[in-house]
Amino acid sequence: MFTLSRRDVFKTGIGVSALALTGRAVRADEPLRIGFLTVKTGPLAAGGIQMEQGMLTWLKLNNNKIGGRTVELMVADTNGVPATTRTKTAELVERQKAHLLIGPLAAFEALAVADYTESHHMPTMGLAAFDEGTQKGAQKYFARPTASAGQASHAMAAYCYSELKMRRMAVIADDFAYGHQQTSAFLRVFEDMGGKIVQKILPPLNAPDYGTYISQIKTDLDGIFMGFAGSNGFRFTKAFFEYGLGGKIPLTGGLTAMDEAILQQTGEDAVGIMTANYYSAAYDNAANKAFVAQMNKDYKADPGYYASGPAICGAVLDAAITKLGGKVDDPDLLINTIRSNVVENTIRGPVKFDAYGQAIGNIYIRKVERKAGHNVNTVIKTYENVSQFWTYDPVEFMKNPTYSRDWPVAKNLEN
Amino acid sequence: MQFWIIQTLNSLAMGGLLFLLSAGFSLIFGLMRIPNLAHGGLFMLGAYVGAMCMQWGVPFWLAAIAAGLAVGALGTVLEGGLLRRMAGNEQGQVLITLGISFIIADLCLLTWGGDPVPLDAPRMLRPPVFLAGFAFPGYRLAVLAFALIVALGLWLLLERTRLGAMIRAGVDDRLMARSVGIRVSRLFSAVFFLGAFLAGLGGVIGGPILSAYPGLDTDMLPLALVVVILGGVGSLPGALVGSFLVGIIYNFGTALFPDFAYVILFLPMVVMLVVKPSGLFGRVTR
Repeated sequence: MFTLSRRDVFKTGIGVSALALTGRAVRADEPLRIGFLTVKTGPLAAGGIQMEQGMLTWLKLNNNKIGGRTVELMVADTNGVPATTRTKTAELVERQKAHLLIGPLAAFEALAVADYTESHHMPTMGLAAFDEGTQKGAQKYFARPTASAGQASHAMAAYCYSELKMRRMAVIADDFAYGHQQTSAFLRVFEDMGGKIVQKILPPLNAPDYGTYISQIKTDLDGIFMGFAGSNGFRFTKAFFEYGLGGKIPLTGGLTAMDEAILQQTGEDAVGIMTANYYSAAYDNAANKAFVAQMNKDYKADPGYYASGPAICGAVLDAAITKLGGKVDDPDLLINTIRSNVVENTIRGPVKFDAYGQAIGNIYIRKVERKAGHNVNTVIKTYENVSQFWTYDPVEFMKNPTYSRDWPVAKNLEN
Repeated sequence: MQFWIIQTLNSLAMGGLLFLLSAGFSLIFGLMRIPNLAHGGLFMLGAYVGAMCMQWGVPFWLAAIAAGLAVGALGTVLEGGLLRRMAGNEQGQVLITLGISFIIADLCLLTWGGDPVPLDAPRMLRPPVFLAGFAFPGYRLAVLAFALIVALGLWLLLERTRLGAMIRAGVDDRLMARSVGIRVSRLFSAVFFLGAFLAGLGGVIGGPILSAYPGLDTDMLPLALVVVILGGVGSLPGALVGSFLVGIIYNFGTALFPDFAYVILFLPMVVMLVVKPSGLFGRVTR
């Protein structure tokens, strides 16, 4: 039905001028149709709504144009259910004739649509951070300008070992693929450098309470690495302080352990926590300053992991489509241009792609500081040109199993 | 030694929280013969309403009672407006409660957004208590004490008042209760209010530990189910013992066999259903 796409265009609320240009009219200047797969209802909606806000903000700052073409953003709510994601993807591609897709949000959704987008030659800008997507399961029509699950953990491990001189650490993470991959990446680099992971705790994703896990944490650690998603980093940190451990053992974490989305709620307990990410709302460049200011103005929130992804997609697409002179009808040419481009000024800094479609870019070590009652992830160290394979050789790297619950084996666990 | 003491305290504190969650669920289940699948949603709604009240400057305990009353009122409306119209159609009623839980979840998301909302414990209960060389959160001990007070209050209500006697009669045999002149449908309203009140109250009391976030409802509902199946439907002592049992199983289970967190939690439920379906203290035999 056409009403769906039109309603979604209205929802985007770009502004009157943009509305006049989009809609059903086929002009000489036909809009660039972007299928945007996000989650607006159900338990994953928090991230999905931020994802949409990030996209809308970027478009607003760029006059709703990508590569000189007006954008018709077709937002689909997948509910966070893979079967729905698949249906909505087919609808966007076949009925609404999307030129390209951005999303979906979760790894299991991305896995559900991977064969479809590949067989339909549909250029897809991925955001879900599962390692397979750009390693053993790498695909031709896929590019991820954010990070794989393990990409930032590698840098965090190096920082813990080299700069913080930590030698004995524990890892704690949600017991699902994203948590496993973050901790396994951390463990590999940390132990390869000479450190020891002496304790590994994996609470279920929806653990009702962290008290029982916190009571088990060893007291003679140099630090703890957290591989949490969603609001779990916030809940763990709160409980960590409740049990009087706050300030006694330094906390570090991966991509989403102390995301901007939970940073304010965590309050003073968050101060000093160090996490690694491809982005920080406090990162200092012109593109990001404008982006953060607009997000603050429109949504009264700092952008984090979920909001930043679509904005980076926007910049990467803009560069590629500008280079193509606005022509997007050849999917092979489009994805190849996206993947071979070097984009200097995205909100995360420079972005280029490796041969598997994963972005190579800066990874920031961020430390939470409290400024005028407001928590910020201040960048304290930048690792430049970080590949998803860290310093390992890609071919050798992929001969190993993909990071998982059981690989690499934690050899130094003490009980 | 310290491990056993801390995990025991953790178990008891969690048991207290679970009792606040499941007492109302058990009462409604016992009397109306339906699991109120919106109970997790009511618990979550309580947490959000409490958080909102506290943002307006209402003190913690008052916010807890206000949230309880608000959620209780909603429960009464749902019972009178929806469930009563389907009296006798128990399958339909269960499905309605499931639908209500989805509606509550998405309305909470719409109103309070997707980011977690913290609830701060009363200031005097925040610092950890130091016991024989280790720290334990003071607030969790307070939750345990509060749960025991609520248990005592409920026990007095059920065992020592006329209303309580009528509820017990309704749980034991609805038809017989009706035939001796008890207006059972009115009891339904009273019990639904009480159950929803306890859920809302529990949401706020649990808030400083759990916080309010989308998904809190579906995280908590299975725990209420396990408690009630272990302890027995419609029985207050059952809910209390079941709560502590689940607290102990969960804490020691996850500490000693971390890879089997959910097996350990749900296996006893399965065994209980096979061996003694009415639960430890069950008054209802289905």
